[in-house]
This record gives sequence, structure tokens and C-alpha cells, in this order.
Amino acid sequence: MVAALRSRPGALLEILHGVQAELGYVPPAAVPVLAAELNLSRAEVHGVVTFYHFFRQAAGGKHTVRVCQAEACQSMGAEKLTEHVKTALGVDFHETTADGRFTLEPVYCLGNCACSPAVMRDGDIFGRVSPERFDELLGEWRKDS
Amino acid sequence: MTVDVYVSRDASALSLGAEAVAKAIAAEVRSRKADVRLIRNGSRGMFWLEPLIEVSTPAGRVAYGPITPKDVPGLFDAGFLTGAKHALALGATEEIPYFKSQQRLTFARVGITDPVSVADYVANGGYQGLRQALSMSQADMVQAVLDSGLRGRGGAAFPTGIKWKTVLEQPTAQKYITCNADEGDSGTFADRMLMEGDPLVLIEGMTIAGLAVGATQGYIYLRCEYPHAYQALQEAIAAAYKARYLGTDVMGSGRRFDLEVRLGAGAYICGEETSMLESLEGKRGEIRVRPPLPAIKGLFGQPTIVNNVITLASVPVILAKGAQFYKDFGTGKSRGTLPIQLAGNIKQGGLVERAFGLTLKELLYDYGGGSASGRPIRAVQVGGPLGAYIPASQFDVAVDYEALSAIGALLGHGGIVAFDDTVDMAKMARYAMEFCAVESCGKCTPCRIGSTRGVEVIDRIIAGVDTDRNLRLLEDLCETMLQGSLCGLGGMTPFPVTSALKHFAEDFRR
Repeated sequence: MVAALRSRPGALLEILHGVQAELGYVPPAAVPVLAAELNLSRAEVHGVVTFYHFFRQAAGGKHTVRVCQAEACQSMGAEKLTEHVKTALGVDFHETTADGRFTLEPVYCLGNCACSPAVMRDGDIFGRVSPERFDELLGEWRKDS
Repeated sequence: MTVDVYVSRDASALSLGAEAVAKAIAAEVRSRKADVRLIRNGSRGMFWLEPLIEVSTPAGRVAYGPITPKDVPGLFDAGFLTGAKHALALGATEEIPYFKSQQRLTFARVGITDPVSVADYVANGGYQGLRQALSMSQADMVQAVLDSGLRGRGGAAFPTGIKWKTVLEQPTAQKYITCNADEGDSGTFADRMLMEGDPLVLIEGMTIAGLAVGATQGYIYLRCEYPHAYQALQEAIAAAYKARYLGTDVMGSGRRFDLEVRLGAGAYICGEETSMLESLEGKRGEIRVRPPLPAIKGLFGQPTIVNNVITLASVPVILAKGAQFYKDFGTGKSRGTLPIQLAGNIKQGGLVERAFGLTLKELLYDYGGGSASGRPIRAVQVGGPLGAYIPASQFDVAVDYEALSAIGALLGHGGIVAFDDTVDMAKMARYAMEFCAVESCGKCTPCRIGSTRGVEVIDRIIAGVDTDRNLRLLEDLCETMLQGSLCGLGGMTPFPVTSALKHFAEDFRR
């Protein structure tokens, strides 16, 4: 992957996306490897990995569930939904369920602000998610994973 | 005869179940052996009607919605392929008042065409701007953008033509066109809708920009929270290369323009232009001190245009129909049209593109139909998390740059988030500070530390601890952030806070 992308200008972010897509996270052991390959310092690579909310340094669950926390979703009950989701999954933000299926993350806007509150599971987006609707979705997700 | 049926691939439509509806239609088509072509278009932007289905009839397109997969067999039984009556029939799509009264220039094709079909794009007026541009000198192209009065739609409202002129005047060989598609403001989704519904107009706008200033490489910096937009852009760019609208020989002119999409990684600050450039270079998204301006020293140290999606997507119509055509829309120094996004606690949320000059009241009630909850709208936030809260007593304000600025608010990217009377404005003020603390890049102290102290001070106010003193302290802190921050994140976070204090003082003394 590094070989394929290295010659592109500003390649580090793209490579990190590639690593996370492949492994589910960016392992600390990858930092010195990337630094050597890209002629950067380890501090520079570590700095980039830790700057961006999207990159994860430890393995997460099989699926990532993101619940929007931004204003438009707040106006439609995101706070209540968030509490419900935390209870339903039995985890707080940045934590993974005991069965390893779901990691819960906050997200600040999914661009679904006319259909609030919004939730995303991996690449799938859901709008007007009431606590009841979340329970339905979770039921479906538990069946297929 | 083949009947065209449209189901949107827009993320909001998908979030309400459009994919399942499309699958149900495809299944019925197979079992009934119907002669149907299913087209996945963008959204018309009437989200309370999504998932919306449209059918092409000899009398034009007719709509049905909102549709669930369960409704689909019944629609076939009723004869919806010929536009027949049904309980969910909405009549001719373009006669729906919400849509009919709009003035769609930038969004002219969104919801109408197949977003990734170059043929469909060209058949609906696409690439006329680029064709025109190829017959003009660089200076004339820049002059047209200048004369149109177009200002940056990302929020800063800087005259686009001046930025382009600066880049054109740089003698450097390598220049860049960058599109800021890091649409992080809550309540905004116009960029997303456009990239999913008509990505080719953005591609055309960037190509024109490249020709105008002499840049051969463009980058779209897209937030990673938008996977559907990413997919649509990738398909559209591939289609444009194949049809030779991108690459080494743009429309047979012998001129080159290359374009690619780069993904962000969940950092709000990367919507700030210098931070976006750092991120495009593969670095931490920490802002740069200006000067030098990006137009002089931008991406990889070269002269760079940084424009928002809507700004660039408005360029083709300006070139195709002339600067005067575009300038004739709007009022005062706010020329052209603005895609306004109605969001939050609103009954009829969606996208309204109109010439500048509508009032907030018209938008919230005539288009929006009031709150979704049915309760009175108490406050709106215009312009994202750094925008001021506006009370109901000021809903007569016109939605343009100058009128909003006159009441201490800002237009930003044109998103309007409505809150009903259950909102606690002290909590919203606290959230503004909290958001700044989460998203601060950390480069300057007023933003990095000020936001955290802001959360603490507001917590004390909410708890009723030494209220008067802490309110004074909060105002002082806001002044420091406003004056002392390097960029708009720290510098504008005080706007929602101080506007909440000013207009909703009672919420801070309970």
C-alpha cells in the first residue's frame, strides 16, 4: 500500500485511511514503518494519527455506530437518543460492546440535518431515529452480524 | 415503451429507506416483466416527502411519496407507471409549491438527472459554461466571475473573482484548484446534496477555475462522514475522464486539468482553508498564520484557489448565461442565489434555492411549515455552530450577508437550525464552547484553553454559583477569544454564546 501511494503528494492521510480500512485501526507498530517509508519523523506520523478523530489506535468492534451530537440533531432529541443508545449497547462513547460487535462513537454532523436525529453504522446512514426506531435497527443488526 | 422511474441515492433519502424502496421496485419490475428503467437520481430536497418516487409520463414527471417498500406493489396495481392516482400521489413534481417557487441556478439539475451520467448532464445544459470558457481569455473568465458578484458560499463571503484574479496574477508554473468539501456545520447539507445529486457541475466549475487561472491539478477535500458523496464523486470523475472532459485534452482544447478526491478524517477545523491545505498535504490540520494568503502561497507552497463546493458549482451557470444573468438575482451586495438549508426542528426540512432577500419568517413558516414538534419556534441558529442564535422577535430579518450582519448574526453556509420552546439556551451556549474544545486544533491559546474555561464558567452559571460574577467573566472570556484567536473557530465560538446571553438571558438565571 505504501509503495502504491508513496509517490503521491501529501500521501500520509491516504495511507492511514488505507491502513485503517484494512486492519480496522492504525496500530502503534505501524508508525515507525510509515515514518521510515515516507521519510518523516515518528513524531510527525504519530501527530497526524492522533490529530484526527477518525483514526483509531486500538482495535474496535466489528461495526462502528456513530450518533450525531450536533445542534440540528439536538433540536430533535439527540441527547435522549444518545442516552438510550448507551443503555441499549451497554457502553459509553469510544467503548466496544462485550461481544465485540459494536463500537460507539460520537459524530459532529452527518449532513442529515433535515432528518434528525441521525445515526450511522459503518457506511449506512439512518434518519429520524427515535429510541424505538433504534431498537428495531439494533434487532436487525444483531441478526446480520 | 420504457418508463423511467426515479428513486434518489441522496444520503438523506437513503437514511429514510430509499434503498429498500428501490429494491422493492426492481423486484416488482422483474416479477411483472414491466419495461422500466430505474434511475438513481439526487434528491429534490423535500425531505419530508422522501423516499420520493418519480415517474416520467408524457405530461412530465409525477411524484409519489413518502413511500415504504410495502406501498410498492399497490403502486404498480394502481398503475403508477402511467402516473395514475394513488393515496400517496403528489402530482407533477415541479408543481409542488415548495419546489415551484424556487429559483434553482446552482441546483438546476439536482434531483432531475442521473448524477453520474455525462450524457444526461450535457442533455440538461451541462458543460455549456466550460464550452463558453474555452472561447474566452483567462482575464475575461476571471472578469465574468468578478462581475457576477459571486461571493464565497462557504461562509466567509469573500468575492470569488478577487481570489481568482490574485491567483491568475502569480507568475508561478504550478498552481492548484482546491474545493473545500469539509461541510462540517450542523444544519448544512447543500454541499452533500450537490455532490451526490450533480457532481458533474462541481467538476465543470473546477475545470473552468483551472483554465481561468492556469492550474492543471484540482483536489476535492471531502469529509469522511460523507461516504455517499465520495462514491458519487468517484463515479462522476471517472465518467468525466472517459468522456474527455477531464485529463490531458479537455473538450479537445489541448488543455489539461486533472482532478481527484481526498478524504478528511473527522476534524471540523479542516473546513478552515489553511487547515484544509495542511491536511491535503498529509499533515495535522493545524491552521496557518496569514499572510501569506493561499492565493499566493497555498497548497505545497504554490498559488491556490480554495473555494467551497457551492461557490465552484455556481461558476458554470455564470459562464454559460453571463455575469449579468447571475447578478440580476439578489439584492445589495448579496448577488445571485443562495441554497438555504432548513434543518433541525422543522416540519418541512430541505433545500430552498432562492435569490437573496427572503426573510427568516418566510423560510421557517412558508417553506418550513413551522416546527416539527408543533410547538412554537423559539430560536434559530443560522450559519452553523459558530453562528448566532436569533430570537423569534427578529425573524423578519432578510437572509443576506448584510442584513444578518446588521443584527450581529452571520449567514455562514446558509444552514438554518430551528429549535422549539423546549430548548435550554444556556445548554446550547455550553455546547458551543464544548464543541470548540473538542475541535480546536490547539495552535492558539484563546481557542484551545478559552473553550475549556468557557465550559467550566457556563457550568458554574447553570449551577447558580456566583452568577453575576461568572456572567461578567464569560463575557470577558468571549471578548478574549473573539479578539485573540488565529482563526474563525476560536474567533466565532463567542457568537452563539453571546447571542444566547443577550436574547435568552432568562435561561442563564434559573
